[in-house]
Amino acid sequence: MASDTYARALAVAALAMAGMQAQIRAIPQEYVAAQGEVGRQGGRLVVALRSEPKTLNPILSVDATSREIIGAMNSDLVHINRETQRTEPALAKSWSISADGMKYTLELRHGVKFSDGAPFTADDVVFSFQLYLDEKLHSPQRDLLLLDDKPIEVKKMDAYTLEFDLPKQYAPAERLFDGLEMMPRHLLEQPYHEGKLAQMWGTNSKPGEMVGLGAFRMKEYVPGQRMILERNPNYWKTDGNGNRLPYLAELTFEFVPNEDAQVIKFQSGETQVLERISADNFGLLQKEAKTKGQCLSDLGPGLEFVFLFFNMNRLDPGKAPDVVAKQAWFRDLRFRQAVSLAMDRKGMIRLVYGGRATPIWGNVTPGNRLWLNANLPHPEGSLDDARKLLQSAGFSWDSSGALLDAQKRPVAFTVLVSSSSAQRSKLATIAQDDLRQLGMDVQVVPMEFRALVDRVLNTKDYEAVLMNLVNGDVDPTPEMNLWLSSGETHLWDLGETKPATAWEAELDHLMEAQMTTAEYTARKKLYDRVQEIVAQNLPFIFLVSPNILVGAQSTVGNFRPEILEPYGLWNADQLFIRASGAARCP
Amino acid sequence: MNGHRRILFLMIFLLALHLFLIFPGFFSPYDFSGQNRHLPFAPPSRLHFLDVAGTFHPRPFVYDWRESMGNPGGAYEEDHTRMYPVRFLKSGSPYSIIWGWRGNLHLFGVDEPGRIFLFGTDDFGRDEFSRMLYGGRISLLAGLLGACIALFVGGLLGIISGFYGKWVDATVMRVLELFLALPWLYLLFAVRAVLPLRIKTTDVFLLLVGVMGLVGWARPARIVRGIVLSVRERNFVLAARAMGASDLHILRRHVVPQTISTMLTMAALLIPQFILAEVTLSFLGLGVGEPIPSWGNLLAELQRYSVLTSYWWMYLPAIALVALFLAYHMTSVALQERTVMVNL
Repeated sequence: MASDTYARALAVAALAMAGMQAQIRAIPQEYVAAQGEVGRQGGRLVVALRSEPKTLNPILSVDATSREIIGAMNSDLVHINRETQRTEPALAKSWSISADGMKYTLELRHGVKFSDGAPFTADDVVFSFQLYLDEKLHSPQRDLLLLDDKPIEVKKMDAYTLEFDLPKQYAPAERLFDGLEMMPRHLLEQPYHEGKLAQMWGTNSKPGEMVGLGAFRMKEYVPGQRMILERNPNYWKTDGNGNRLPYLAELTFEFVPNEDAQVIKFQSGETQVLERISADNFGLLQKEAKTKGQCLSDLGPGLEFVFLFFNMNRLDPGKAPDVVAKQAWFRDLRFRQAVSLAMDRKGMIRLVYGGRATPIWGNVTPGNRLWLNANLPHPEGSLDDARKLLQSAGFSWDSSGALLDAQKRPVAFTVLVSSSSAQRSKLATIAQDDLRQLGMDVQVVPMEFRALVDRVLNTKDYEAVLMNLVNGDVDPTPEMNLWLSSGETHLWDLGETKPATAWEAELDHLMEAQMTTAEYTARKKLYDRVQEIVAQNLPFIFLVSPNILVGAQSTVGNFRPEILEPYGLWNADQLFIRASGAARCP
Repeated sequence: MNGHRRILFLMIFLLALHLFLIFPGFFSPYDFSGQNRHLPFAPPSRLHFLDVAGTFHPRPFVYDWRESMGNPGGAYEEDHTRMYPVRFLKSGSPYSIIWGWRGNLHLFGVDEPGRIFLFGTDDFGRDEFSRMLYGGRISLLAGLLGACIALFVGGLLGIISGFYGKWVDATVMRVLELFLALPWLYLLFAVRAVLPLRIKTTDVFLLLVGVMGLVGWARPARIVRGIVLSVRERNFVLAARAMGASDLHILRRHVVPQTISTMLTMAALLIPQFILAEVTLSFLGLGVGEPIPSWGNLLAELQRYSVLTSYWWMYLPAIALVALFLAYHMTSVALQERTVMVNL
């Protein structure tokens, strides 16, 4: 994969430079030309966000809202193209990888300027990585930059060339650069040495204090209401005709905490882009979309998967005797297979998502075009087969139809679900009804999300949980934590010192191997096997993957939403407002 | 209508309503948890007397809903290929009447595979009418029992504190103030967090009732105490005391009867208040859980904008709630008027 992307990246860079020849006098810098419709300058776009950003400091941001706003004001060296799901050059115009895959050499674009006019050079890159790797700053990105607990080393070769040394082979290394925003050394070096960096660029900073390489820069922030960004005149991208991007004069984020309120604002035309719409509201918006001139898109499944899993942790029988007694069922593969066969995934999709979700039998959703193992079996749900499996595992039924285990104890357990998600609560209700058909007495317990996570990760006092996970990237490597038996989110059995089962040992081996294999087809083969093992052994019972639903007013040009976050605003630099009369849906 | 007849009328109305809600198994056509996954949010079935050809049928009938062509996932239309006459006293899904008594006779229903949804269906295709009746049983019983506990505890403490006065009065009143000042909602969240994950529905229900009774006793106690305080000094009580009557005798013959009409009024006010409390708790997810309905969790569906704007039949439990509260409120007003008349 790496070599493939490299070739592609070079091709794009070459194209960009060819396009630049004619423009070279007008803009004597190395800009990259973005693909898409040529738009018109000016205009203002309003987007509603669910919450306020906690910080605007890229080093410290964790929450999605902060990241979305920071993304509009900053740039990274190498970017994941949301359309192709592959990497492309950003501030680095090209890169090469040494034969052993341990050394990356990056070439920066010349003449790129920060929003305050200061030049961007290799010093800024070295400084930025110093910040990300500083233990005292606790950057959430730091973990990504450690391999085997050793940090990636960054060396400046000259003003526009850098060398990155990896402590071990790491196949998707260039994907790491995505989202690592480059910081201005000329502004932040002094506060950093004074130990004040953690206080910089909070939400109370003045607009002029924040300087970035993104398409927009801060103009005004009204706490609790909105944040207004304005066009960055020094942005480093142009359109196909050589016009400097972005088109929009202003990008405004309105803070609307409730989804329903967001929908009402979008309906009335107060906001132009709506992301993360639930299926109910999508159906509601669709009724009037044509007359109101709104374009709604169902992008198909994203990278989120919803699943049910059982507690298979090795627990102290003295502390949690009830759970331990039930683990004999949970550990029996036939029991889990029966549960999976009883799940009415079609019904779930119809009732909970109005048809706007996709059934899944593995952890990789069909939205992940590069890595999906398309050969996984999709066993049709069948209560008869489920009953046969249970029977072969020693279960039986009493006269009232209740399921009994081999010791004639009734099969009853609780399923925890986050009370903040109406959709997952509904999924749990359906699962409860499905399992009742098998004679299982399931109680659904809605619980505050943090309390639920605490039970799963810390106290391990639960029987089953219905929850979701969203992959941040299409690449399998971020899933290491989930599948490695020693992983921090190896949810069903945490803190294994050695793999509890043979298939978990094989998962460990495969995940390690895919990380150090460079070639895409070889990695894909390894990861296909991972998906196969997971689907066969069902540590998770996969249910559905909700479709990504977004909308925009038809006046918004170049709106090309994708299933990777940020769904609609990944090309904010290219969005423009059409002249009245020219409105249309893509 | 004069006062007496109005009270009688209201009482009969309330009694009928309660009977209706206390035996939901008989009055509802389906079980509250039966899902029809092909019919989420189906509108109420229409009762017909005329078929498509225009022929008149003396027995009302319904058509099944089916997804309308060309608009899957959205609207429904009637499937005119087969009609399902409404049958009365029909045997159907079994239900428990009370303590293990089981029945399967339903007041009305239609032949399988037809479905009759008087109030439409919810998002799992469950019959909203049946759920409303079953939900009413939980909400009403919680209200009634809660009010009984609150009135009993409140009345008893109010009488003791008003009658004996001094340190007894002071102690009871201070405890009462504490109960009035506690932030109950947060306390309830805390209590739910401490309880084990798996609790039986009956236990949740008893917990609800107990909590409501405990929260609710303070106000009645205070009012009863006020009445007792004034009655205690009346001449007939002093006369009885002078003639050597015991405390118990005075309480029974002279004091308690004076509080009865106030207690009845309070009951008429407290019952709807406690039903509302159950509604609030279930609305917040602290009440009985899925799939068991209560009016609170039926109304919780309306928190969603899409439901609020698209499916009018989801409001029906609210209308039932309003009718019940109005009946209680009118009873309480009528009782109060009578009290004033009697005292005059």
